[in-house]
Amino acid sequence: MDDPYKILGVERTASADEIRKAYRTLAKRWHPDTNPDKPEAEARFKAVSAAYALLSDPDQRARFDRGEIDASGAERAPPPPPGAGGGWRDWADAPGGARYRSSAGGFGDYFDESDLEDFLSRAFGGAAGGRGGAPRGPRRGADVRASLQVSFLDAARGASREVTLPDGRAVRLSIPKGAETGTVLRLAGQGMPGTGEGAPAGDLLAVLEVQPHRFFRREGNDIVVDLPVTLKEAVLGARVEVPTVDGPVTLTVPPRSGEGTRLRLRGRGVNGGHQYVVLKPILPTEPEPELEEFLKRWASRDARDPRAGMLAP
Amino acid sequence: MIALETVAERFPQLAPDELTLWIQRRWVRAERGPDGAWRLTEMDVARVGLLVELRVTLEVTEDLIPLVLSLIDQLYDARRAVRALLAALDEQPAEVRRAVLAAARQEPHR
Repeated sequence: MDDPYKILGVERTASADEIRKAYRTLAKRWHPDTNPDKPEAEARFKAVSAAYALLSDPDQRARFDRGEIDASGAERAPPPPPGAGGGWRDWADAPGGARYRSSAGGFGDYFDESDLEDFLSRAFGGAAGGRGGAPRGPRRGADVRASLQVSFLDAARGASREVTLPDGRAVRLSIPKGAETGTVLRLAGQGMPGTGEGAPAGDLLAVLEVQPHRFFRREGNDIVVDLPVTLKEAVLGARVEVPTVDGPVTLTVPPRSGEGTRLRLRGRGVNGGHQYVVLKPILPTEPEPELEEFLKRWASRDARDPRAGMLAP
Repeated sequence: MIALETVAERFPQLAPDELTLWIQRRWVRAERGPDGAWRLTEMDVARVGLLVELRVTLEVTEDLIPLVLSLIDQLYDARRAVRALLAALDEQPAEVRRAVLAAARQEPHR
């Protein structure tokens, strides 16, 4: 940023009143909303506003005069200058701008408003914005972002899914093996059509949302499943069928497997991960007179107290 | 849609009654919601921003605002019309485009 005094065209000794006057004159001349045909107006107006923001604050002005801050360093401190972005022009030049059509006739006398709207939305892709600039040359279409729910198994194994876009088109999406929530699939050229001859269409960005599974869960590339086993299987050991994402496999439960025992099924995860089976021994819920009778007479060979050391912390 | 109070908070330099006045004069084309309260679109809020700049920053007097607004609105009407025509022209065959542009270049000399 240049010297704010030069921008406002005042002496370094100018009074606050002179500075304000100079600012008002220049701001009126370069206000972007009254100069839509001069692209340089906005930059001039911003420079004038920034210079005024600096010099109108006696503290900032003194620091600038003493060389403590430079003109651009101070630009961050004051509130954003008026008219700098988010201005009226963005709205008035957008397709919906006719909402504030002048009541003094103009083009509205010749074209039905809906015709004009239609023209404009076709010419500018229906999107608000597009500051200044005539509608020249082809313009790439906008990207379309959509969230896509995929089942746990489709994400773990990879899948090909047909999805219907909001505009009714059906596209085939290939969900990569090991996809996770937040994975983005880009379908080139399936977004909004471009405007103008030869303009490429935008992309479709599908953001995956993996739904939870009834008993599988993911830990990175590993898959974890809680597996209930009977008391007998836990004490004596057993061979049990365990579900994996690729179908059931047989797992050996070693004798005396307690609650939380973690067994690994090598390579049964995704992309080289493993599946971990966490054992959950289930006690009988119905009366078991024989077992109870046996336990009353049973004395464990292990005389240790499982709660030893817990009572005196 | 945005409530009047929310807009007033965004423009602390603006007296609360002023905004209502602007709406009543149709400088800001807000509409009433089902509960009778004023509802503003984002474009209406931008319009308020424009009015704040005219009235507060540039100190345009109240009696001049209708004139200034009318001129600004007419200017943008004209810009939209020109852009609509240019867009329509772009869809014409090349020889039509050339003929129209050639005629338009002659216009100032007539």
